[in-house]
Amino acid sequence: MFKIEPRGYASRFWSIGSPILALALTVLVTGAIFKSMGRPAGLSVYTFMVEPLLARNGLSALAIKAAPLIMIGVGLALCYRANVWNIGAEGQFTLGAISGGGLALALPDAPFVAIYPAILVAGVLGGMAWAAISAWLRTSFNANEILTSLMLTYVAQLVLIYLVTGPWRDPMGFGFPQTAMFSDAATTPIIAPGTRIHLGCLAAVLVAIAMWLLLSKSVLGFQLRVVGQAPRAARFAGFNKPRLIWVAMLISGGLAGLAGIFEVSGPVGQLTTSISPGYGFTGVIVAFLGRLHPIGAIFGGLLLALSYLGGNSAQIDLGMPNAVTGIFQGILLFFLLGCDILILYRIKRVRPLPSISGAGA
Amino acid sequence: MATDTTAQSGPLLSVKGLVKQFPGCLANDHVDLTVGRHEIHALLGENGAGKSTLVKMIYGVMKPDEGEIVFEGKPVVIQNPAQARRLGIGMVFQHFSLFEALTVAENIALGLNNPEDRKDLQGRIAAISQSYGLPLDPGASVHDLSVGERQRIEIVRCLLQKPRLLIMDEPTSVLTPQEVERLFTVLRRLAAEGCSILYISHKLKEIRELCSKATIMRLGRVVAHCAPAEKTAKELAELMIGADLKTSGHSRELNQGEEARLVVERLTVRSPHPFGTDLKDISLSVRRGEILGIAGIAGNGQTELMDALSGEVPAGKPETIMLDGAPIGHFGPRERRKIGGCFVPEERNGHGAVTTMSLAENGFLSAHIRASLTRSGFIDAVRTQAFARGVIERFDVRTTGPRAEARSLSGGNLQKFLVGREVEQNPGVLVINQPTWGVDAGAAVAIYDAIAQLAEAGAAVVVISQDLDEIMQLCDRISVLAGGRLSPAVPASEATVETIGMLMGGTGMPATPVQNEGASAVV
Repeated sequence: MFKIEPRGYASRFWSIGSPILALALTVLVTGAIFKSMGRPAGLSVYTFMVEPLLARNGLSALAIKAAPLIMIGVGLALCYRANVWNIGAEGQFTLGAISGGGLALALPDAPFVAIYPAILVAGVLGGMAWAAISAWLRTSFNANEILTSLMLTYVAQLVLIYLVTGPWRDPMGFGFPQTAMFSDAATTPIIAPGTRIHLGCLAAVLVAIAMWLLLSKSVLGFQLRVVGQAPRAARFAGFNKPRLIWVAMLISGGLAGLAGIFEVSGPVGQLTTSISPGYGFTGVIVAFLGRLHPIGAIFGGLLLALSYLGGNSAQIDLGMPNAVTGIFQGILLFFLLGCDILILYRIKRVRPLPSISGAGA
Repeated sequence: MATDTTAQSGPLLSVKGLVKQFPGCLANDHVDLTVGRHEIHALLGENGAGKSTLVKMIYGVMKPDEGEIVFEGKPVVIQNPAQARRLGIGMVFQHFSLFEALTVAENIALGLNNPEDRKDLQGRIAAISQSYGLPLDPGASVHDLSVGERQRIEIVRCLLQKPRLLIMDEPTSVLTPQEVERLFTVLRRLAAEGCSILYISHKLKEIRELCSKATIMRLGRVVAHCAPAEKTAKELAELMIGADLKTSGHSRELNQGEEARLVVERLTVRSPHPFGTDLKDISLSVRRGEILGIAGIAGNGQTELMDALSGEVPAGKPETIMLDGAPIGHFGPRERRKIGGCFVPEERNGHGAVTTMSLAENGFLSAHIRASLTRSGFIDAVRTQAFARGVIERFDVRTTGPRAEARSLSGGNLQKFLVGREVEQNPGVLVINQPTWGVDAGAAVAIYDAIAQLAEAGAAVVVISQDLDEIMQLCDRISVLAGGRLSPAVPASEATVETIGMLMGGTGMPATPVQNEGASAVV
């Protein structure tokens, strides 16, 4: 017999150990799934998790996939620490791509120094604007931000589809649902010659460091943490809760928007109906895997980026469906949330209670 | 035959070597307790001494890890409260378990073991309450009743089961002095009729008055069995805290000026909570160097008054609250702090302090404005650590240092830190709600000294407390908050326990049972 009993404190060991244990369990279960599909388990796991890194340009591909995940994950980590549950980063990512991309399409002849910063700012503002809707609904009508931000994601995707199949469709594009390519001036520069690593990868790391400083060292970050952990204490201190909800939503939305514009102005180069393989949702896993810590989100982002690459390898080398990426991510989140119970609880073996009554006891 | 004799003449309850281990804390360490027949037995100890754990095991709420419980001469394993009640053990908890929306009779019926007991229940309730002088209307809705009346429901519910042992957990903390007297009469009569009483308290005066035997606990262990009447209150306190009790040696120099530092004029606030108390027309004024005590039983508007004074709930018109002549009714807590208001709320965990944050961060929480702990939007880590260290040293907070998490401190130490955090900011006005709630005697003395010194230095202090002794000891003038209304302040020298107690009852007149019920219906 086992029993789960509260520790009475948060275990530091397990707050780091839990994601590692979760990853190990995820690898085991993923291997078992590969096996049940008739593939050798060991080789499959190797193909999924190691081979992508050894391939030519593997690390470069990893960095490119990780960049948007880190940016989104960092923003969500900050948001969740404030107990504000933005689930709609995917929609904010999309709006960032639409606003920045729209600007790039509108001014195809503008020079780099003018247009490139402008599209980044437009991307951030686009993401913020989308998040602002949820923040406004929450602070004015107490509407649950989980629902509104999630539902707005689908609205954002429909807006994107409308634009790239309608008014913004490339007239020279043979009817494909896509816009024209952005001008060279509105393209994210490569920062490591000979690779595809672009400015967004560096920006993601800088964003993580900046948000870490904001959260741990600034008064604003302190207010966000207090309102998340003890809303009554925040009220006692006089911190303005609606304002902090706005701040958390705008920062996470803005970073998702920034990830969106980096993605379309970099690897994608245009707006299409499929600019994101679910980065916004994967960002939620990144945030939790990184222990809601901005620096942790870098590690979380790299691991989840690997799951995208692994999905590709499994598809090519093993003939597995691309859905293995989603399965891996889902199992990982499942085990992560499950293992997190070890932070506050311990599992104890219970012996039958010695009898209290009677002289023989 | 031998067993028979024991059952008739031996002790009613005998507990031997009871052990209960909680994660990280040995709550009961081989505890022995013997309660005789006809005995009112005190279980005395500070918060966290293990009293509640012990009685919860006797009442079947928790199971002991080791040890033996012998009731009426027979070893028993008590699986749950229902079984305890069948054995003849009843308990009145400190926090009542009553449904506000149901009637007295319905609430009592819910707590009985046998459904057939419900026949003629109304009549039996009336009979019992009549015979013990515990007036109760079986048809009244609980939400209309005062706290004292609610306690009567719990007592009557126990008496209906004809208990052999009645456990009472801190029963007087919610009662007016007059109600305490009535309760004692009932308890003495019960004991005379053969129902033993295990009486949990940390109020020494009551125990010396009421109880014939006492078991004193400290840190999970029994430290003494004694007859309380043979000991002085000081001796009992020292047994309880395990050290010499330093009484507040501080005699305050009255250094009061004429000018009022805090003035509240006709404050009326609707409570945001469904069963909260609205504040009605509250006016008060506190001068430089003065300590105003606000007595009253919890739930009469204390939380609402604290929120209104601290600015957590704005108080409407700016002129409603004046601090050093500045209208602040519309200010939030930050603006009020800027011009000299500091506050200590009742609840430490999650209100006064963020339990999962360090003491340094908790110091920053309310002190960063007045103690200048920020530098261009960032936390000044050096000054923040130094501030927390200063509070820890000056107020003798027992902890490992400013990096310790707030939840690692005992209640008394955390309270010392929170009071120290505000006093250290040198406030013009300090409002403190239940300064020593859940605090050990040593820490309480330190807190009283800090408050007195602050007043001596010229601050105006408001102490909201339901501990009447504390108010009488500490304050210069005393008002009573009852039903959301505040009585005019009287000088402490003219106040007696009786007059204050009557005001606490809400009428300003002797609270005879009938009048009391009429009054609560009107309020």
